[in-house]
Amino acid sequence: MSFITGVGLTAFGRHEGSSSLDLMSTAADLAISDAGLKRADIDGILCGYSTVAPHIMLATVFAEHFGIRPAYAHAVQVGGATGLAMTMLAHHLVESNVVRHVLVVAGENRLTGQSRDASILALAQVGHPDYEVPLGPTIPAYYGLVASRYMHEYGLTQEDLAEFAVLMRRHALMHPGAQFHDAITVADVMQSKPVALPLKLLDCCPVSDGGAAFVVSREPTGETGVRVRGCAQAHTHQHVTAAPALSEFGAEIAVARAKAASGVAMSDVRYAAVYDSFTITLAMLLEDLGLAGRGEAAAQVRAGHFGRDGTMPLNTHGGLLSYGHCGVGGAMAHLVETHLQMTGRAGSRQVRDASVALLHGDGGVLSSHVSLFLERTR
Amino acid sequence: MSGSKQALADWTTGAEAISYQSCSACGTPQYFRRRFCASCGAADPEQKYASGKGTVYATSLVCRAATPETRAHVPYNIVLVDTAEGFRMMAHGDSDLAIGDEVTARFVPFAGRLIPHFTRTTS
Repeated sequence: MSFITGVGLTAFGRHEGSSSLDLMSTAADLAISDAGLKRADIDGILCGYSTVAPHIMLATVFAEHFGIRPAYAHAVQVGGATGLAMTMLAHHLVESNVVRHVLVVAGENRLTGQSRDASILALAQVGHPDYEVPLGPTIPAYYGLVASRYMHEYGLTQEDLAEFAVLMRRHALMHPGAQFHDAITVADVMQSKPVALPLKLLDCCPVSDGGAAFVVSREPTGETGVRVRGCAQAHTHQHVTAAPALSEFGAEIAVARAKAASGVAMSDVRYAAVYDSFTITLAMLLEDLGLAGRGEAAAQVRAGHFGRDGTMPLNTHGGLLSYGHCGVGGAMAHLVETHLQMTGRAGSRQVRDASVALLHGDGGVLSSHVSLFLERTR
Repeated sequence: MSGSKQALADWTTGAEAISYQSCSACGTPQYFRRRFCASCGAADPEQKYASGKGTVYATSLVCRAATPETRAHVPYNIVLVDTAEGFRMMAHGDSDLAIGDEVTARFVPFAGRLIPHFTRTTS
């Protein structure tokens, strides 16, 4: 068994003067304290990557900087799915007695450490260097392609997609650490600047500075145990040109494997934390995961289903779309928020019941998927 | 490159053509050049030229580009086209293309390169 014993999250937005290592250190400190542990208790480190400060050995760079000499350490890279992929690996490392307490950490000064163009350009390189990148696509364009096809097949409208941006912003308004604090409407989303149609500015997550961390341990260290019930991955392609049909996307495969690994049924799930780099990402993943019927997710948002007081509260911190996106740490914020909800520490955002949660991460262009079930044990 | 054979000149190397590979063992067409068939693993798939005909699978009109060279072209329509030969490719297309449109490729300059650009087929 493995447990998420502590979590740490910085505010997302501008952290002028903070390096990626600074943001990682801040989040790591918070997570270790939250677990009631000391640095010396940490014997494993898994970290993500920083596009601002790339390094071939980031985990040991961080370990030295932070003052830890772990028995196990390396970086993991699967784009937006990295945070949950690290959690899955930490779970298996702890279960197989390789280490006792794994620190999972990521942080990046992606907003202030480089220009927005540099960020967009770096991310566009997930495209094929010969067959895609010379055409001048951007990450929003890759997802814009997917959006156009998904809308065509299932009848979604741009107004439907806008609902997800509005929902995430409504949730972010309840979190002081979120990057955005102004309410938005569907009309605001529709009138926002076109980026890669059908996606407009408010359909896209921002670029942020921030850090997130958690500790995965063999035993609970506090009063409430948050146990990793089971997790699984699916990797169907890298480039959108080589993506399978929409009906074969990886989220469905990953969650089916995670259900088999954990014995959790979708009817058990009370809280959802789903990757939301763009509104289309969230709409598709909710439907792929079975949290909404095909083409029905937007109507469920309108009906309040995914709100704090709804039957399936979703990304109550505001998600990537409105809490912010600092790279690997971005989707880790989803797990931090889930942990706060499951341990009854989400304050004004607290939902009634977060006893079982489904988390899902996506990297590339719906290329890499990780599904994870968490359960409160006491 | 396909094995020891010289790769066919196409738009990725500056020529006005679209090339692809066809597996002589299993018949699967593939767009991204490799020394083997990604479907069955057989070596040296046959290199062929595509007709430039296809059907629009998806579109996204890029209005915000990330480099000065590409910014000079905005807005430009990125499209995925299912070709007559059975592989999918990314290209540019006219801004008014819709999913399902029958299209034909021509070649246009873009950001210092020659790239495929699809226009609705007129019969």
